[in-house]
Amino acid sequence: MKIIEVDNLVKVYGKGKRALKAVDGVNFSVEEGEIFGFLGPNGAGKTTTINILCTLLLPTSGRALVAGHDVVRQQAAVRKSIGLVFQDPTVDEQLTAEENLLFHAILYNIEPASKRRARMETVLKMVELYERRKDTLKTFSGGMKRRLEIARGLMHYPRVLFLDEPTLGLDPQTRHHIWSYILELRERENITIFLTTHYMDEAEFADRIAIIDHGKIIALDTPDALKSMVARDVITVHTADDERMAEIVREQFGLDVRRNPDGRGFSFKVDGGAEFIPKFVEQSPVHVLSISLRRPTLDDVFLELTGRQIRDEEVTDKDRMRQRARMPVRGHIAR
Amino acid sequence: METPIAVKETGMGDITHSLRSIGIIWYREILRALRNRAMIVSSLGMPIIFLFIFGEGLSPSMGNLTRFMGGGADVNFIQYIFPGVIGMNVIMASIMSGVSVVWDREFGFLKEVLVAPVPRVAVVLGKVLGGATVGMLQGVMMLIFAPLLGVRLSVGMVLELIPVLFLLSLSLTSLGVAIAARMRSLESFQMIMQFILFPMIFLSGAMFPMRDLPAWMDFLVHINPVTYAVDPLRQIVLRAQNIPEQMLAMLPQFGLGVEVFGHAMTIQDDLMIITIFGALMVVLAMWLFSIRD
Repeated sequence: MKIIEVDNLVKVYGKGKRALKAVDGVNFSVEEGEIFGFLGPNGAGKTTTINILCTLLLPTSGRALVAGHDVVRQQAAVRKSIGLVFQDPTVDEQLTAEENLLFHAILYNIEPASKRRARMETVLKMVELYERRKDTLKTFSGGMKRRLEIARGLMHYPRVLFLDEPTLGLDPQTRHHIWSYILELRERENITIFLTTHYMDEAEFADRIAIIDHGKIIALDTPDALKSMVARDVITVHTADDERMAEIVREQFGLDVRRNPDGRGFSFKVDGGAEFIPKFVEQSPVHVLSISLRRPTLDDVFLELTGRQIRDEEVTDKDRMRQRARMPVRGHIAR
Repeated sequence: METPIAVKETGMGDITHSLRSIGIIWYREILRALRNRAMIVSSLGMPIIFLFIFGEGLSPSMGNLTRFMGGGADVNFIQYIFPGVIGMNVIMASIMSGVSVVWDREFGFLKEVLVAPVPRVAVVLGKVLGGATVGMLQGVMMLIFAPLLGVRLSVGMVLELIPVLFLLSLSLTSLGVAIAARMRSLESFQMIMQFILFPMIFLSGAMFPMRDLPAWMDFLVHINPVTYAVDPLRQIVLRAQNIPEQMLAMLPQFGLGVEVFGHAMTIQDDLMIITIFGALMVVLAMWLFSIRD
């Protein structure tokens, strides 16, 4: 059964010359029980799409159904069937873990109180925060807050859980931890998970991935199928004279060479990379400083499709400013 | 390119669910206010300055404010501004808790509320009632200064003040929520303080008698809703100061009360204006909140 259906969705911000097409005719559907990933750089339209699906934004045109309900005309029904974990924390730091969940439970009409308490205990235990339930969130780390948000998103038995960059800004260990909850979740609650990310390794966990760039879906398939689009191995070389060597590779081997964005070295794709390397080093007229071989990743898929690397745009100035502006404020100004 | 018209939530949905939601939003406001000790303490700072420095300092120069009426009663400047400062505290607390919606937006919590299957009407009501409760308590808290300032208190007066404070706070919180409903950045916050909050307080007769004011100021005082919020507080407080009944009625003529087109405003008149203003603001806030982009 299709739990999300999106038909030619468009969202334009602003009007006239300053209009910005954040989502530009997006089509896809998600099967129930699937982990579906949206992969793309910042500003690609991932969050805008999620915001439309969770009824926070109105689409400019097009249609979207979540759990069979129209996101424009049947807001309340859509809201009841979804859980959300946003990019930025949406918990109240002045309240305890338990109070945050209670607030949520009442707004989502989980009655009576006994049912509420039981569910609260289940979700808190699942994210290993039950012992900390009486503590105010001011004392929680970023990873703990995110875990609490996941627990909260599950409180009302949603059919779809939206995770917008669920591990953004967390350290690798915490990211790993959060993913183990997410995968466990699917086992336990048979829930559909819709996530956005710009971490390649995270996208690998998804059953299917839509790669989105400039508001358009440019590829949609399983991670393996996407990677097979760029089946060849990627070899990155750094030599004493990259300019000359790149020319040689281009002419002698007839390969397409790409200079690395940082200006050091270049890379190319080749079949049977492991056998290619000794041959290459032997024949090289200039001194080879370093050479490496990589199996294709989703990064390469993105590069292949757009000519850019996702990471180039990972942190924009605006993000950096926002981070800086928010960090000190959060602790001191409470209201 | 076609832009869709704004879609609004209609109706209250399941009534008990809505009431419970209003309750929990109210409860959160109270919890936040109580946990924020620093804010409680700092909210006393301004009134202390106004009462003990500004008030005590100006009081000797101002003398008996009723001397133009031929004496017969003694109303000093402190007694005059005491209710004004209560009003100021309530106004600051209420508008701030209304505007705290912007904080909730900035720190993300608002999203949690806005994606919940709860009508926006309930969200606004919970917020407004919470802010009003906090504002009222901030006003009541001021009464502890009365004995230190030589302002007489009576049980009747305090009991009369409480519901009035709640009503004032309710309508001013609504104003705050309405202002904040479409506000996107914290920077606008400063602007609100300077261009809305302070002018409203100073042009309300809270800080000085409204006698022989220049015409433009007199006009601004009269269109300022806060004027009608402070006036009932002053009437209630002054009435407890042993002033003869016939003199109380004359106070507005001498700038110690509010006169509209020659009519001295009674407490009921003031409350009516504030109620109408508050009702308009609640409706406005609900409307602004229910628009989706």
